[in-house]
Amino acid sequence: MQPILELSGVVKAFGGLVVTDEVSFKVLPGEISAIIGPNGAGKTTLFNQITGALKPDRGSITFQGTDITGLDTQEIVARGMGRAFQITSIFPEETVLDNVRVACLSRAGHTRQPLKGLGAYKSSTEKAMALLTSLGLADQAHRLAFELAHGDQKLLDIGVALGLEPKLLLLDEPTAGMSPEERHLTRTLVQKLWKEFNLTLIFIEHDMDTVFGIAQVVRVLQQGRLLAEGTPDEIRANPEVVKAYLGEEL
Amino acid sequence: MDSSFLLVQFVSGLTMATLLFLVASGLTLIFGVGGVFNFAHGSFYMLGAYLAYTVVSLAHGNFWVAVLAAGLGAGVAGMIAEAAFLRRIYGRSEEGGFQILLTYSLILIIDDLVKLVWGTEYKSLSRPAGFTGSLVIGDVTLPSYNLAIVGVGLLVVVVAWWVLSRTRPGRIARATALDRETMGVLGVNVPLTMTLVFGIATALGGITGALAAPLRSVTPGAGIEVIIDSLIVVVLGGMGNFWGAWLAALLLGEVNAIAVATVPEWASLFSYLVMVVTLIFKPEGLFAPRQVRKV
Amino acid sequence: MEAASDKKALLFWGLFLVVFALVPISRNDYYLAMANRILVWGMFAVAFNMLFGVTGMLSFGQALFFGLGGYGVGLMVKYLGQAWFLAGLGAGVAAAAVVAYLLGYLVIRVSGVFFTILTLAFGQLAWQITFRWYRVTGGDDGIQGLVPTGILGDHIVYYYFCLILVACSVWFLKRLSASPQGLILRCVRQNPARVRFLGRRVRRNQRRIYVISSVFAALAGGLMAGVDNSIHTNMLNWTTSGEVILMSVLGGIHQFFGPFIGAAVIKVIEDVVGARTEYWSLIIGLVMMTMVLLFPRGLVGEWVSFKARMRSGGARKEGV
Ligand SMILES: Nc1ncnc2c1ncn2[C@@H]1O[C@H](COP(=O)(O)OP(=O)(O)O)[C@@H](O)[C@H]1O
Ligand SMILES: [Mg+2]
Repeated sequence: MQPILELSGVVKAFGGLVVTDEVSFKVLPGEISAIIGPNGAGKTTLFNQITGALKPDRGSITFQGTDITGLDTQEIVARGMGRAFQITSIFPEETVLDNVRVACLSRAGHTRQPLKGLGAYKSSTEKAMALLTSLGLADQAHRLAFELAHGDQKLLDIGVALGLEPKLLLLDEPTAGMSPEERHLTRTLVQKLWKEFNLTLIFIEHDMDTVFGIAQVVRVLQQGRLLAEGTPDEIRANPEVVKAYLGEEL
Repeated sequence: MDSSFLLVQFVSGLTMATLLFLVASGLTLIFGVGGVFNFAHGSFYMLGAYLAYTVVSLAHGNFWVAVLAAGLGAGVAGMIAEAAFLRRIYGRSEEGGFQILLTYSLILIIDDLVKLVWGTEYKSLSRPAGFTGSLVIGDVTLPSYNLAIVGVGLLVVVVAWWVLSRTRPGRIARATALDRETMGVLGVNVPLTMTLVFGIATALGGITGALAAPLRSVTPGAGIEVIIDSLIVVVLGGMGNFWGAWLAALLLGEVNAIAVATVPEWASLFSYLVMVVTLIFKPEGLFAPRQVRKV
Repeated sequence: MEAASDKKALLFWGLFLVVFALVPISRNDYYLAMANRILVWGMFAVAFNMLFGVTGMLSFGQALFFGLGGYGVGLMVKYLGQAWFLAGLGAGVAAAAVVAYLLGYLVIRVSGVFFTILTLAFGQLAWQITFRWYRVTGGDDGIQGLVPTGILGDHIVYYYFCLILVACSVWFLKRLSASPQGLILRCVRQNPARVRFLGRRVRRNQRRIYVISSVFAALAGGLMAGVDNSIHTNMLNWTTSGEVILMSVLGGIHQFFGPFIGAAVIKVIEDVVGARTEYWSLIIGLVMMTMVLLFPRGLVGEWVSFKARMRSGGARKEGV
């Protein structure tokens, strides 16, 4: 099977600090995978390069068979990539519904329309409501986004990404800052969304229950280098990983 | 054009550049350290000019005393403005816009207060004793006051640079610029630091206004002309870049001097022209460091 | 819920049109001119606020376009004759569209405070040009005697002409702000980084609203030429840009009609107080400062939140 995403020899440095160091890997379509690694390992920076928010210094990134290295974020997103953020990134003064609806409208190419009200775009509205139902946010659809609890804002962030109907979804620490119960719910939810929307999904995560509970493939990043890649069992058994990162946690 | 003519124009441009840079450096200081865009900076310049006028002509004061008094007065006024008004909107959402609006309202208020106190007529200030004449070198005649301004300007810049980079308060100020929260945790009185930095910057503005007073007439509304020119300097120099601002001021000063000498009626357009040309080819400013684009 | 707000909107529009349509009945030229000024400046302010309040772009240079509209009329009439009044109006608006489109590429490459500085600088540049180019623009003397020919020459007819244009413009802007395009613009203000991750180009959207807002600024300037029967370089001065900003802030930048109300209040105060004091800028400075420090939501915004508080306060009482 052809990989949906392929990184080869990606390098990125800030000043003298090499944050992404010759990273290469392939992601197969339909796969759900995790990226783990200590804080500052370069995980978010890697996402930034995949989504075009940062340009790699060297190396190439291929998405669905086309080279997307150096393309703008907008172009990459238009090709079917979605992303939710480590630091929640939503539109705080819009309603929860409109946060997702704007993504649906964008996907449908309606965002230049200057005359008709939002309600006139029925299919986008319905799709947004359906997404909110999937996320368990439907009863809060008409509240303003900034009024939501932290955990719900993180879900809304995912909802905005899903509104674009991405083929590849990148989640940056989806359970960060959540309570253990919320984390459990989110884990189940992420897995459900992955199946429901036929996604290829890559998530960055520190919570090992989530990582080893739902990922098919785990990649370990350390100081910008890809330390290991494999199934959860292989990663758990990898002495280097255990020594460098997992330590006593397992 | 002979070389003596060119030299005279060059010195005149250098004088303007020095004044521009002095105002712009105050603006840059507040922006760099406090993250505050002080639209009213030119009004403190104007205030300085009026204060110097009062000290010299009413109190028969020494010109250089008047310059110091202008700096002191503008500095105190700046600290009051910061502590009483600007401080209230730090951290508000859309702070940037509100800062501009608040300092814009200060322009309007200070302008009219100046009119109330000093009236609307032009005021003029004569050059200080010892600098009324010219320096003659061969067939070149250079007004000695212009040379004095360039000298004083250099002095002020060196002192400001020394304070900022070599003294403890200066280092605290620069660190505060980078991370207000951490400095607060470390026991630095951040609000006081901000007020002081604001005071130093507006004092710089006031001193410049006083220095410029013998060359330009003192009028209400002088603030806005000055602010626009120094904004252009700051943009061209790459915001927050000390040396960039200096080079940009030099460029504008010289271009202006040449324009005044050749097409006097249109001279005031040339600063804008420099800005437009720069923007087309180098939108981030002439001397902006690379990689400043935010992600 | 939507139906109720539709009905309310209809009522509002009806009331708006009726009130302004009835002004000529007073047979008082003073009131007529005042109402006309409120209409035109109200439109200018609402259009400006699509940039500032909606998209988060604080332009300090909309005077440039206001002046362009005015000088479109003024220069056409001065050089080609009275009959060219309407053509001048059209030319000014068209010129504004072109200038805004081109200028947009220069000033929207930078963000935040830089955008404000650059718009201010370009505005002042345009002011300097009209001011200095005496032979063509009449410099500080301005251009007088701008009266449209034909039926529009009548004060009352001209008033209704303005009313119709303003009502259509404001209606269009209202639709725009409620449309998907309007939603994207609000998103650009709140979180431009995320807008890119919606697959939308931030700067392209900013340029689009910059052009739209500037076109209506020019229309306002052109219409004012007919209200005052003259134009002046002051139209292009930065204080004009400042005035339209003040109107928006006073009325409330996060309310669609806030700037219109702000314009009405400023024009009334200007008329009542302005005639009696030379310290006009002190007054508007104090008004601006008060709004920014104490009532950042503006008159309309504070009123809306006051009503909301009353309602929730009342509901709580009922609950007890
Ligand atoms: N824009 C940037 N400029 C400079 N350094 C950066 C930038 N973004 C990230 N870094 C640095 O790169 C390193 C990796 O950061 P990041 O990718 O956020 O790590 P992670 O997500 O794995 O915690 C950190 O040391 C961080 O300080
Ligand atoms: Mg991270």
